[in-house]
Amino acid sequence: MFDIDRWQEIYAALKSNKLRTFLTAFGVFWGIFMLIIMLGSGKGLENSVFEDMGDFATNTAFIWARRTTIPYEGYPRGRRYNFTNDDMKALKDNISEIDVLAPRLQGWGAGDGENNVTRGLKTGAFTIQGDYPEMNKIDPNKIVNGRFINYKDIEQSRKVCVIGSRVKEVLFEENEEPIGKYIRIKGVYFQVVGLIEPVSNINFGGEKEQTIFLPFTALQKAYNFGNEVHYFSVTAKENVPVSVVDEKCKAIIRERHHIHPDDKQAVGGFNLEEEFAKMKGLFTGISVLIWIVGTGTLMAGVIGVSNIMLIIVKERTKEIGVQRAIGATPYKIISQIILESVVLTALAGYIGLVIGVGLIELINYLLVSSGSEGDFFRHPSVDFNVAISALIILIISGALAGLIPAQRAIRIKPIDALRDE
Amino acid sequence: MIRINNLHKSYTTGQNKLHVLKGLDFNIKEGELVSIMGSSGSGKSTLLNIVGILDNYDQGDYYLDNMLIRDMSEKKAALLRNKYIGFVFQSFNLISFKNAMENVALPLYYQKMSRKKRNIKAMEYLEKMGLTEWANHMPNELSGGQKQRVAIARALITQPKIILADEPTGALDTTTSYEVMSLFKEINQLGITVIIVTHENDIAERTDKIIRLKDGIIESVNGKKIAHKTENSLAYV
Repeated sequence: MFDIDRWQEIYAALKSNKLRTFLTAFGVFWGIFMLIIMLGSGKGLENSVFEDMGDFATNTAFIWARRTTIPYEGYPRGRRYNFTNDDMKALKDNISEIDVLAPRLQGWGAGDGENNVTRGLKTGAFTIQGDYPEMNKIDPNKIVNGRFINYKDIEQSRKVCVIGSRVKEVLFEENEEPIGKYIRIKGVYFQVVGLIEPVSNINFGGEKEQTIFLPFTALQKAYNFGNEVHYFSVTAKENVPVSVVDEKCKAIIRERHHIHPDDKQAVGGFNLEEEFAKMKGLFTGISVLIWIVGTGTLMAGVIGVSNIMLIIVKERTKEIGVQRAIGATPYKIISQIILESVVLTALAGYIGLVIGVGLIELINYLLVSSGSEGDFFRHPSVDFNVAISALIILIISGALAGLIPAQRAIRIKPIDALRDE
Repeated sequence: MIRINNLHKSYTTGQNKLHVLKGLDFNIKEGELVSIMGSSGSGKSTLLNIVGILDNYDQGDYYLDNMLIRDMSEKKAALLRNKYIGFVFQSFNLISFKNAMENVALPLYYQKMSRKKRNIKAMEYLEKMGLTEWANHMPNELSGGQKQRVAIARALITQPKIILADEPTGALDTTTSYEVMSLFKEINQLGITVIIVTHENDIAERTDKIIRLKDGIIESVNGKKIAHKTENSLAYV
């Protein structure tokens, strides 16, 4: 039931010293405002990292061949070896936990200096890679036009290619349709069958905008790579940590290439899942820190409220005494003081919440509309649940802030209250 | 209405124990108009607080309307105060942010009466006090006499059995004091017991019965000395 007398009393109590009420409320306002801003910023940092990953399969490991470091089975240390097509089959056949296995051949890099691709009078230096169709499952690209490499291309070693958006810009006229046209890569003609744009910002060997993807087998055969594989990308099946698959792959590689079982250096590797977990851990740490600092600030505000409520109770000693003399029960007094405290905190906190969220949204709007979405800060936001839990924390802490003053209020004997004349 | 036997009360402040009431015995019948007199420190305020169930006592018995009042919970005390006793204070003690009508209605608020009902009732009592046109004024817009009449209306609205007035004329000039006293007389004639604590003789003279306190004991009732057994008197027995 709406009790007008209660609200009248709250209003009178808070109005009696406006500046004091404002300053007290500001403490709480600032606490929640900072909490929201920090949470939003934390989210912004997190987004900038995780959105960069795009749809990149986070349970991916990469392995590549290096030099051996331990002599084994008559071979000396420091021996070079290559992964081969047969390794690919062996890995697939022996490790049931593998979901996707994609070999890659790194042809040439865009940074090698010489222009390796020509089309008519236009030339450019691009990254050339040999891929399996599986690669698009591990690091999906947005296919703007045409298609990605398929199994027919692999089986028949077709001379086709998929080009990045930058490649198209350099080799084709602005409105020209690249699909079906031929480009010459290191003296061999390839037909363009697809145009892609990158989704993730994770690059191996070169930026995907300026990469030309060839069928793995076509690259091997056209440029005399034999049966060489430069590296494998491998993902684990659901509920299997990729580190398990990673270890098994390396073990098989060691066995097949006569490498000492303890020679960790001989097979290079990178486990994205681990990196991802580290990143996750980092951001969990940041958000824990934010909550600690934020609630600390909030606590300071709430203690301020508690303090002021004590003073208000002291000032109103007489009034409370009169109320009790004419029949107000202790419960009535306690609930009144607590309600006052809750109203003050909740109101101030709510304003802080709204302004904080508003500011976050404004920053987001400015970032998006100016197009300058930074690499370090993207889509700052506060999710609804966090806002609600902050509000609940506020109301509870408001009640706690009122508790001590309320108890002080009922400990006042009506007589003491009325005696001070 | 009020029966008090051998009432003792002492306050402890730090290490000192102050024995304020040293064994009081008196009765007040229903419908009496009584004044309690005494110099400051005689214990008259303490007595009033005990009678008003605002304070506990150490020893003896206090019966209010044949009910033993002792070791009450605060909640029960609040309910009894609300039901039986109307308070009038020297400094009026009106709630500053409520207007005259709301102040009068306040005790009914604690009885959980609806706002509409209690305001109608408050207007009734203000009318009796001749303050109808002042109903919507805040306390700081009223004169001392008006404030005290509002306070009396507030004390009466719950139709209490007893009105306890602590120096009700202490802050008023003589003319207004007499007006307030005649108001108390009228109330008394309605059958309500009125107890007035005062140190002014002319006020006390307007009551039916004067209880004089001195150093925590009753010195006289209506001028008749009361014999006390003191420690010294034992020697004569």
